[in-house]
Amino acid sequence: MGTALDIKIKRANKVYRCGEILSGVVVITSKDTVQHQGISLTMEGSVNLQLSAKSVGVFEAFYNSVKPIQIINSTIEMVKPGKLPSGKTEIPFEFPLHVKGNKVLYETYHGVFVNIQYTLRCDMRRSLLAKDLTKTCEFIVHSVSQKGKLTPSPVDFTITPETLQNVKERASLPKFLIRGHLSSTNCIITQPLTGELTVESAEAAVKSIELQLVRVETCGCAEGYARDATEIQNIQIADGDVCRGLPIPIYMVFPRLFTCPTLETTNFKVEFEVNIVVLLHDDHLITENFPLKLCRM
Amino acid sequence: MAAFPWHARSRNYVSESDVCKLESVPLDFGDYHPLKPITVTESKTKKMSRKGSTSSTSSSSSSSMMDPLSSVLDGTDPLSLFAAAADPLTTAASMDGVRKKRDKDDSSALGSDFEQWSSKRGEILARYTTTEKLSINLYMGSEKGKATTSGSAVSEKVRTRLEELDDLEEGSQKELLNLTQQDYMNRIEELNQSLKDAWSSDQKVKALKIVIQCSKLLSDTTVIQFYPSKFVLITDILDTFGKLVYERILSMCMDNRVSLSDNFSPETVNDTAKETCLNWFFKIASIRELIPRFYVEAAILKCNKFLSKTGISECLPRLTSVIRGIGDPLVAVYARAYLCRVGMEVAPQLKESLNKNFFDFLLTFKQIHGDTVQNQLVVQCVEIPLYLTLYSPAIDWILQCIAYRAPEILLTEMMERCKKLGNNALLLNSIMSAFRAEFIAARSMDFIGMIKECDESGFPKHLLFRSLGLNLALADPPENDHLQILNEAWKVITKLKNPQDYINCAEVWVEYTCRHFTKREVNTVLADVIKHMTPDRAFEDAYPQLQSIIQKVITYINDFSLLFSVEKFLPFLDMFQKESVRVEVCKCIMESFIKHQQESTKDPVILNALLHICKTMHDSVNALTLEDEKRLLAALINGFIKMVSFGRDFEQQLSFYVEARSMFCNLEPVLVQLIHSVNQLAMETRKVMRGNHSRKTAAFVRACVAFCFITIPSLSSIFTRLNLYLHSGQVALANQCLSQADAFFKAAVSLVPEVPKMISIDGKMRPSDAFLLEFLCNFFSTLLVVPDHPEQGVLFLVRGLLNVIQDYTWEDNSDDKVRIYTNVLHLLSAMTQETYIYHVDKVDSNDTLYGGDSKFLAEISKLCETVIAQILDHLKTLGKEETLKRQSQLALYFFNTILAHGDLRNNKLNQLSVNLWNLAQKHGFADTKTMVRRTYCREICYDFL
Repeated sequence: MGTALDIKIKRANKVYRCGEILSGVVVITSKDTVQHQGISLTMEGSVNLQLSAKSVGVFEAFYNSVKPIQIINSTIEMVKPGKLPSGKTEIPFEFPLHVKGNKVLYETYHGVFVNIQYTLRCDMRRSLLAKDLTKTCEFIVHSVSQKGKLTPSPVDFTITPETLQNVKERASLPKFLIRGHLSSTNCIITQPLTGELTVESAEAAVKSIELQLVRVETCGCAEGYARDATEIQNIQIADGDVCRGLPIPIYMVFPRLFTCPTLETTNFKVEFEVNIVVLLHDDHLITENFPLKLCRM
Repeated sequence: MAAFPWHARSRNYVSESDVCKLESVPLDFGDYHPLKPITVTESKTKKMSRKGSTSSTSSSSSSSMMDPLSSVLDGTDPLSLFAAAADPLTTAASMDGVRKKRDKDDSSALGSDFEQWSSKRGEILARYTTTEKLSINLYMGSEKGKATTSGSAVSEKVRTRLEELDDLEEGSQKELLNLTQQDYMNRIEELNQSLKDAWSSDQKVKALKIVIQCSKLLSDTTVIQFYPSKFVLITDILDTFGKLVYERILSMCMDNRVSLSDNFSPETVNDTAKETCLNWFFKIASIRELIPRFYVEAAILKCNKFLSKTGISECLPRLTSVIRGIGDPLVAVYARAYLCRVGMEVAPQLKESLNKNFFDFLLTFKQIHGDTVQNQLVVQCVEIPLYLTLYSPAIDWILQCIAYRAPEILLTEMMERCKKLGNNALLLNSIMSAFRAEFIAARSMDFIGMIKECDESGFPKHLLFRSLGLNLALADPPENDHLQILNEAWKVITKLKNPQDYINCAEVWVEYTCRHFTKREVNTVLADVIKHMTPDRAFEDAYPQLQSIIQKVITYINDFSLLFSVEKFLPFLDMFQKESVRVEVCKCIMESFIKHQQESTKDPVILNALLHICKTMHDSVNALTLEDEKRLLAALINGFIKMVSFGRDFEQQLSFYVEARSMFCNLEPVLVQLIHSVNQLAMETRKVMRGNHSRKTAAFVRACVAFCFITIPSLSSIFTRLNLYLHSGQVALANQCLSQADAFFKAAVSLVPEVPKMISIDGKMRPSDAFLLEFLCNFFSTLLVVPDHPEQGVLFLVRGLLNVIQDYTWEDNSDDKVRIYTNVLHLLSAMTQETYIYHVDKVDSNDTLYGGDSKFLAEISKLCETVIAQILDHLKTLGKEETLKRQSQLALYFFNTILAHGDLRNNKLNQLSVNLWNLAQKHGFADTKTMVRRTYCREICYDFL
């Protein structure tokens, strides 16, 4: 084995906020002494936008991928060209997380059309004979907690054949009555989405009840904008023909990385919605949609 | 070589004994003595209410000196400690103390009185079985990836197609159809193993996938009668997983190799461990399907301890309500049982969620009779009563968790709630099996009322009575209700048509009857059982239950005269018509008899019955019976024979033995016992008559002797025969039956040539010479006092024996013959004494008969000469290189004999002994130490003489 390069971030969960200092060590392990032309560390943060084929067409999507928006980019020279002793060398580093100008440190988010990612990259340049060594490591940025108290916005809902939209043959629908409520559609991202749902009556047997978490990503560009909704996760809360009249808990943990506080900028938007999907035994699919507003407290 | 005449040293045994014997000092009871047996001391168990623990103080058996062993053990030897621990009274007392303390500070740990899941496991697996084909459908697709990364950019169809391809690549979708139950269990065990393998090879994701797939199997209710067993198997895997995750995170918490204490607080957990733990929870929270998500989260419930103090107490109620989403009532109730089980393990102090689980179950109870369930049952051809019994293990478990150390009020409340639900039998049954027996017993009449009221459809009633009976076997109902309870219960039981149902119930209720009632009621119950089980030979299918009834009856009725006066007891035994079972039952009865019968008996009822039982056992012996089995049966019969005594009616006793002999002729140990018993009887007679037999007793004793004489030849073991001949001969001699004694000895002598060279001991072939040597020495000692027969020559028996020894084919390279000859010299020297060293009372030995007659002495001397010549001959043949060592040893042995018994004043003998000494020394084989020691002892004796 030759030389190995590794970045260790001090915090186990790798989560940092704007204004904090990102610290850690670069670890170089080698059996022999290492000759190098300098080691540098780069911190990068950018928003990658991808236009979906559905909204702009395949070719355009391919060619017209929007240029990434850079949020943060800074490099420091850690070690001047020279030699490192054999064995394990640890070089500590500290990066203050500050942005220039009026840019904002958005939260880390991995979506389909929008990706917000922060990385640390360590480069060791070497002589012509040996390859340069690179190691990248993602770290996670959480936005600073919003001040003030979140006002809960509970929602009660009732689903019956009559409340449904875009039904083809309303007559063929079995009768049912489902009541429920969500504790709040304004959600703190670290807290689960909660609520209750009661199947008061249903002529057909219930097969399954699911919560579908959906992201709605909007990318703006010169020609207008593209808006796409995709599923993040699907959580079953009832399996089989549940007892009538017994409240079933609605409970969903927001997955990390794939969700972030609802984001609205000039170039792109990331929003979330939840669908309550009731699947009846005769393959009737009933969906009720609720837009959510996520924030970090 | 000249013959060496033998000159025996004349001995005065009385004075020798006076000089040589040690001064005896009487030993006081308390004195220390190294040979004194270790006694198990009853140690008093002191109850220390403050600590609630038991500590033992010992009253040491040796007071004068500290016993080094017991001092190490803090005063009490281990046996005494066991004795103290086994003492039910003290245990109960200390338990009480512990319980009181628990109640006070509401300790969180589970006590040992909580019946663990592991004990239920086997029972469920054994009970819920199926012959139908099962299937496992494992879909190892990446659950997480599918849920999160798939976008609508690709159409739905393409997406699923791609996923399928992915999965095929992983080779992970498996559908195994047509599995038998055993195959199924093996598969599950394989999965358990692959989980462990995956974990140890650091494939955590694969491990999680396996667990998810396994728990998914729990949502499948096809082959519903197997579901409880499936639950047991799969939750085993979940338990394994939970343990692995917990231990992994715990090991991450190790700072500087110091592991966390058991009651760590979340603050002491480092960030890495917390992060890992959180990752697990996030991962599990994103599992799509409800049932796997619930089970996996419940499995790692304990890991909440790493994150926050209140984690578990928040999680339990949430998981409890999550179960409401499970539509199938059977799946849901087992999910509840699992949650209760994990909850009890992790946080037994959190009782609320247990109760909530049960109440939620009650709320969904009506589902059981709903359309969805009914349709399912029709498809699977399962009837409602069978279906309902599938619920029992889960409900029992939930109720048991709730009832554990629960206050009376709570139990009453639970009962009321169940009553409100139309007095459902299923619930009633579970209440009876889960709640404390005392609680149930105190309300037995109420319960009987409820059982009668509840609806016939569904849960079988006999199961309810069975459960009630089980409780009453453990705890006593109020005194006044005893009879009424039995009457009410039996009224229903006796009406049961199906013999299996009937016997299952009756088996349980017999115990209650035996506990609280007299033989009359027991008799009635037994009669009823006989009546029900006889038609169509129903008893053939119910042997285990019938056997258990017998066992219960004999545990409660220890008095055998009472037991056999229960008229229906023996007819009951007649129902055991399969021989193996019959013998088992007989064995049980005999074991109980031997254990409980304190004094010997002559009660004709007992004797008849037990003889009959023993005869049954004996008759079961055939050529295929195992050796151990025979030994066991013989031991039981012997135990019985020993307990029979007709007191002073010796003739009756003898005739009993005669009868026993005819009955148990196939079991040798029994015959041996009978011979010993008869010999003992003869000696007993002698004792009663103080040695002077009347004509009548003499005849009786001769009858005893005759009994032995004709019984011994029927034995097969040659050494048993030899020893019994000798022993019986001694008894005959003691009873002045001289000609009979002669006959015994003659028989023994003529038997010696038949002794084989090898005999089988414990299944191994061993050379017999050591046994023969021992027997012959013993025989010689007896022959000293046997008087010569007037019609036979002098020392007829000794000569006869010597001839036999001469002709016996000894092992080629053994010196046993010479050793025996040397011992014969001891005998012959003793015979030349004026007064023999011992006598048999009232029997004149040769010393009196011949009065030191010179002809007699000459006869002996001639014999001695022959014997010595033989010995010397043999010594000569040992002159070869390889036998020199043996020569040396034998020479020394002979030398010692001369020293001890010969008269060294005789020159020739003196010379012989010197020669022997030299011979022993000659080739350097003599071990100087032994030589010195042996000779030295002798010389000291010489100084005295």
